[in-house]
Amino acid sequence: MDNKTMTLAASQRLLKKSNKSALQKEKRGKYLVLASALLIITATIAITIFLGSKGLQAFISNGVSIYEFLTSTKWNPTAENPLYGAVPFILGSFAVTILSALIAAPLGIGGAIFMTEIAPSWGKKILQPVIELLVGIPSVVYGFIGLSVLVPFLRETVGGQGFSLLAGMIVLSIMILPTVTSIATDAMSSLPKGLRESSYAIGATRWQTIWRVLVPAAMPTLLTAIVLGMARAFGEALAVQMVIGNVRSLPSAITDPSATLTTIITLNMGHTTFGSVENNVLWSLALILLVMSFIFILLIRYLSSRRQF
Amino acid sequence: MNSKVADRIATTIFYLIAATIVTVLVGLLGYIIYHGFSKLNLDFLTSPSSSFRAGGGIGNQLFNSFYILFLTMVFTVPLGLGGGIYMAEYARPGRLTNAIRTCIEVLASLPSIVIGMFGLLMFVNLTGWGYSILGGALALTVFNLPVMVRVCEDALRTVARDQKEASLALGITHWHTIKTVLLPAAFPSILTGAILASGRVFGEAAALLFTAGLTTPTLDFSNWNPFDATSPLNIFRPAETLAVHIWAVNTQGLIPDVREVADGSSAVLIISVLLFNLLARWIGSIVHKKITASK
Repeated sequence: MDNKTMTLAASQRLLKKSNKSALQKEKRGKYLVLASALLIITATIAITIFLGSKGLQAFISNGVSIYEFLTSTKWNPTAENPLYGAVPFILGSFAVTILSALIAAPLGIGGAIFMTEIAPSWGKKILQPVIELLVGIPSVVYGFIGLSVLVPFLRETVGGQGFSLLAGMIVLSIMILPTVTSIATDAMSSLPKGLRESSYAIGATRWQTIWRVLVPAAMPTLLTAIVLGMARAFGEALAVQMVIGNVRSLPSAITDPSATLTTIITLNMGHTTFGSVENNVLWSLALILLVMSFIFILLIRYLSSRRQF
Repeated sequence: MNSKVADRIATTIFYLIAATIVTVLVGLLGYIIYHGFSKLNLDFLTSPSSSFRAGGGIGNQLFNSFYILFLTMVFTVPLGLGGGIYMAEYARPGRLTNAIRTCIEVLASLPSIVIGMFGLLMFVNLTGWGYSILGGALALTVFNLPVMVRVCEDALRTVARDQKEASLALGITHWHTIKTVLLPAAFPSILTGAILASGRVFGEAAALLFTAGLTTPTLDFSNWNPFDATSPLNIFRPAETLAVHIWAVNTQGLIPDVREVADGSSAVLIISVLLFNLLARWIGSIVHKKITASK
């Protein structure tokens, strides 16, 4: 008995001219993994088609004017003469994204340079885990801290309600800081050593080397880091919604409350009826988010094609 | 200005930047843990939340979070593994591979609220399930899939080439090599990546608002029949997760002890994410030691 199973097992392991079962398994395995890869394409196409058609519904079947939607600053879908001007939210999204990038970019790139150029041994040991932990903090927690610490603080120091573009900007800049820092660190550390050494060899100081040689050389990737951070800031919903104040009017100062595309969707999606005009225009706002994230990807593609190192 | 002075000023500024980043993290973690830790007790962690009165816990939310995380990983790990194996082993340079890469990039950079809205359209309205755990888990699968594919692909690519070639040279088919040589060798890094991804899924809220919902029905924790409406295991019931709960009590809550609940929940969320982080490193290195000869 024992002997028989052993010979059987051995004959199965022998190389034959046509090993059908192994070939079949090979094929089955290949198709299995191909199917899961194709699922990714399917999901992406499905998201684009579903959100695209749903987002255009307001314009096609409800007769909302695209021109008004993209140029008017008045938003009041529940009024007797409903107004659908999305400009305050579009501008709000761009404002908060650009402002937060203005803070996160110097901090993030500075942190990256600290890790790679100033204190490569111990600096990296401290900052690397710090960055990884910052990535891990969930966005609602950032929002909650913004709401319970930052907003009261701003109310007391700068005045106003505290809920403001400024609060949104600060929360978002902390949120995108780890993204910017980690990609900028990769960019700086992938620069060839020769650049650094030849700059030092001609007598440049460390700062001159960083500013005149390393940063320009790494520029495309550093910009990629900033754009990726901006993409994250543009799409962030809950943390911003908790601190920005959510008003329908355009802010006139950085301390005024404001709203973004994501916050208005978050607020109103739950209590508008699915299929109504008020609901459909929210899907149009989501379509803008989708289109913007495609634009961010194109931008990143363009930047990475200009990478030198 | 003397170039040496400029260099010194710049160095100081870089130190300040690094110090700022560290301070921000220490401040955030310190604040959450200092304020939340005192609220953590068994009663808070296990009792159901209350919608009007003070003194509610987060028992159901905590269970929902882990249950949705579990289901998401059940969907994501095999799919991510499949996609990763394809990209690392079978994909040839060409249009299809480029298309898949672009799609991974697109999916990974989609705002989570957009994925949530897709989930609302697809898994809530089109299927007719309403807000459900399954819908939430599927939306999070879309959210997590690109990360898992990348993790698996990178893990497989870092396996030593010699190992793979030795196996192929023995006449073993490609698929069998993947199963018996590559996957075991890549297992520690896949595991580490999966646990880290779990931390991200655990804290996600925006994709769940419109898919798993903002409410939890009364749950009967002695009823483990998954088809029963009050059973915690029922995958077709709405479920508010911990992250969603933090948002909901702060923005639409009616309970008087918002701060206490939010403080406690944030602390639980942060501590869980930290645990996921530590666990990932720790388990990864243990498994790596166990299955390889390296120290």
